[in-house]
Amino acid sequence: MRLAVKIRHRLGNFLLDADFETSGGLVALFGRSGSGKTSIVNTIAGLIRPEHGRISIGDVTLVDTERNVFVPCHRRRIGYVFQESRLFPHLTVRQNLLYGRWFAPKSERREDFDAVVELLGIGGLLERWPAGLSGGEKQRVAIGRALLSSPRALLMDEPLASLDEARKEEILPYIERLRDHSRMPIVYVSHSIAEVTRLASTVVLLSEGKVVAVGPVSDVMQRLDLFPLTGRAEAGAIIEAVVERHDTEFGLTELCSRAGRWRLARLEVPVGARIRLRVRARDVILARSQPSDVSALNVMAGTVAEIRHGDGPIVDVRVNCNGENIIARITRYSLERLSLAPGAPVFALIKTVALDRRSLSGPIDEEPLGADLDDA
Amino acid sequence: MEWFTLSPEEWAAVRLSLKVALVATFVSLPFGIATAMLLVRGRFWGRSLLDGLVMMPLILPPVVTGYLLLILFGRRGPIGAFLEQYFGIVFSFRWTGAALACGVMAFPLMVRAIRLSIEAVDWRLEDAAGTLGANRAWVFLTVTLPLIVPGIISGMILSFAKAMGEFGATITFVSNIPGETQTLPSAIYTFTQVPGGDLGAFRLTVISICIAMMALFVSELLAKRAKRRFEVA
Repeated sequence: MRLAVKIRHRLGNFLLDADFETSGGLVALFGRSGSGKTSIVNTIAGLIRPEHGRISIGDVTLVDTERNVFVPCHRRRIGYVFQESRLFPHLTVRQNLLYGRWFAPKSERREDFDAVVELLGIGGLLERWPAGLSGGEKQRVAIGRALLSSPRALLMDEPLASLDEARKEEILPYIERLRDHSRMPIVYVSHSIAEVTRLASTVVLLSEGKVVAVGPVSDVMQRLDLFPLTGRAEAGAIIEAVVERHDTEFGLTELCSRAGRWRLARLEVPVGARIRLRVRARDVILARSQPSDVSALNVMAGTVAEIRHGDGPIVDVRVNCNGENIIARITRYSLERLSLAPGAPVFALIKTVALDRRSLSGPIDEEPLGADLDDA
Repeated sequence: MEWFTLSPEEWAAVRLSLKVALVATFVSLPFGIATAMLLVRGRFWGRSLLDGLVMMPLILPPVVTGYLLLILFGRRGPIGAFLEQYFGIVFSFRWTGAALACGVMAFPLMVRAIRLSIEAVDWRLEDAAGTLGANRAWVFLTVTLPLIVPGIISGMILSFAKAMGEFGATITFVSNIPGETQTLPSAIYTFTQVPGGDLGAFRLTVISICIAMMALFVSELLAKRAKRRFEVA
């Protein structure tokens, strides 16, 4: 189903001006806090009434200020997973899950209770009260509650923000499954590059209430001009690679992408699976000649495609490796010493150890996710 | 325990007081909830006026409230005459009048308790219910109302206790007719006005204390039970 959003709305001094659409998959609204991500999601949910604009899903118009259409929140049938779960404290987990189902028209009750409970692994919690659940459990129940209202689209507002790394790892696979197995569009708000890389099909990059860029994750993330917005420390290129083989002797996994062969610490994914790698720009070393005695296992040959100077001693260099981009963050001093200029042949070196679990996505195919991936 | 046997008149006063207080509490409850909701959530002109009006019986001398009730709800009063003509409800010199007086006097306490609990309700939960398909009425019934149960209970207990002890407005509005409008406080007052009435006054006083203690105990118990579930562990 297609979700189209085009809104202008003033919130105090802040002007929200967003225009994007998506047809299924997971759209990440990405930007710093205060960039208007949550307001956009609230507008889609019907919790904010925009001054101008149009929101439609499939062939249903939810908002059209010109034709004076405004479907109230409770008739939109858009699932919303909030940052702070918002489970009803006076209802058990089971009652929470069934709350929305009750209001969904009978003919449109698509989701099967047992299937959702199974998908989210919350079978053991059904008779408990929300007050006794852990943060991760609460969030899974909240996702289940939203799903069971048989929504046309799912909104997730930083559902992992209040959780620690271990709890995040506990929930991410469920969101991946959801993305791969349901046809409804998911709008996912986040300010974490790692989450966006791992989950998103499309990124909407926001800054101060405005859409700065829209596109596939790898396209948006490799744009050097957007680095200040995508987060300096965490920014980097995104590589799509296929698992080729596992090396049991050294505990490594070999992947193949257009840029070349990658070696990573062993991943519990089947051979043939497609994986997204986020290569942080600050983890990349550049060399003019192919180094032979160096510990870094990933050496990609390419040519310098773009150099972008910041205001300090740091520059970002985009290296085109056989059509795939790797971005390196180096000093201006090194740039001059190596006399790097667009067109210069260069080798990009990335330590295997720098490619940790947080910079990987799960398999991005329609294939069901192996249960063994749940464990980091 | 011979001395503690209640006379028929004393029994009548106790029974009447319980009836009056219970009726006053339960009948005013829906109005109390509605008023509290209006005062917390309503955005309309005259909200502070309504607020003041509701709180008035708390500040006014009870005799003044009773007198106002007499003027408005007496048989010739504008509201009293209307209610008698169209609904056959008579307040003056009836136990119903006592219930009305008690209900009005206790109303501010009830509204205040419920209001506090509505203010404490997390509106984000109500938003969440909205996204799940509940309209405003359903949100109120399935989310807001269950969450304010502790406030409703404490409001009811306060209202009941106040109604049990109401004296000034009741005696002014419906007088002090044994068996019809003579509630516990009126009966105690009457006993203190006649020679040899001390024992009767004492017995009724002990009963008053017992009922108040029980009400307090029950409210604590219910509030604790209602609260336990919601508490974030």
